[in-house]
Amino acid sequence: MAVHARVLVKPKAGILDPQGQAVQRALPALGFTGVRNVHVGRLIELDVEDPSRLPEMCERLLTNPLIEDYEIVETGSAEDDGSA
Amino acid sequence: MKFGVIRFPGSCDEVDALCASQRAGEAVILWHSDRDLQGVDAVIVPGGFSYGDYLRAGAIARFAPVMEEVAEFARAGGIVLGICNGFQVLCEAGLLPGALLPNTSLKFVFRQVDLEVVRTDTRFTRACGDRHRLSIPVKHTTGRFYAPDAQLRKLEADGRVLLRYAPGHNPNGSLRDIAGVCNEAGNVFGLMPHPEHAVDPLTGSTDGLLLFQSIRDQIADRVAV
Repeated sequence: MAVHARVLVKPKAGILDPQGQAVQRALPALGFTGVRNVHVGRLIELDVEDPSRLPEMCERLLTNPLIEDYEIVETGSAEDDGSA
Repeated sequence: MKFGVIRFPGSCDEVDALCASQRAGEAVILWHSDRDLQGVDAVIVPGGFSYGDYLRAGAIARFAPVMEEVAEFARAGGIVLGICNGFQVLCEAGLLPGALLPNTSLKFVFRQVDLEVVRTDTRFTRACGDRHRLSIPVKHTTGRFYAPDAQLRKLEADGRVLLRYAPGHNPNGSLRDIAGVCNEAGNVFGLMPHPEHAVDPLTGSTDGLLLFQSIRDQIADRVAV
């Protein structure tokens, strides 16, 4: 039974994140004050039969560990899409 | 001598790289899914948007069949030049240190920049002679060179930074104004500027030709001995 997982990817702490800064600067213009530490990353969703291999997938392809941190969130069984 | 220029789906500067190479020697296009390097003396990984730059620039292209051959060729001491997207591909493949991040400005930059030639005694810069400043265009959105601090210090100490943006010319926020770095053995080199676009007086500068001539001279010496 496949597992549904989400991989959250964000710029590594300490690396300049101009995208996050731009968003942070834009929010007050809309009246949203008191917002700090904005970072923009990427969400990868996937169904995997063997979730124990997720870290290796992250290290080798899904992220570049030199510049990105990631977090793996398993969200339960994959929904049957009827194709099996 | 013969250059081989790789063509990935999404490459867009391979023809300019081919034409530039042909001003220094023979040149052929190498197809991304072929494993045959056709006996070339040097490989150029060109600019563009290989495989759409999906996921990260260069992340998918590094798994192309031809890249396995390029990695083997590099390990055996073969000369490999990565330009722009090619630089990104070589970093993702682990053949070059560091990574390329989005420009600090978050904008696409397309302009002529001045580069300082840090070393003129390398396979890629030897034809520069006493030319310590080159005018070559850049055009990219993801060109900010990054490496962790300790690695940066080592790159500098080992003399592996071959090209630097001249003061005031850093177009992307690259750390230490780094425009081009080589691997430890000195046979793989990557840079964000486009030397292949600076080989004809029609476009204002022929400085880029010096890199192709350097490679030609290096191969000629190796064949001669």
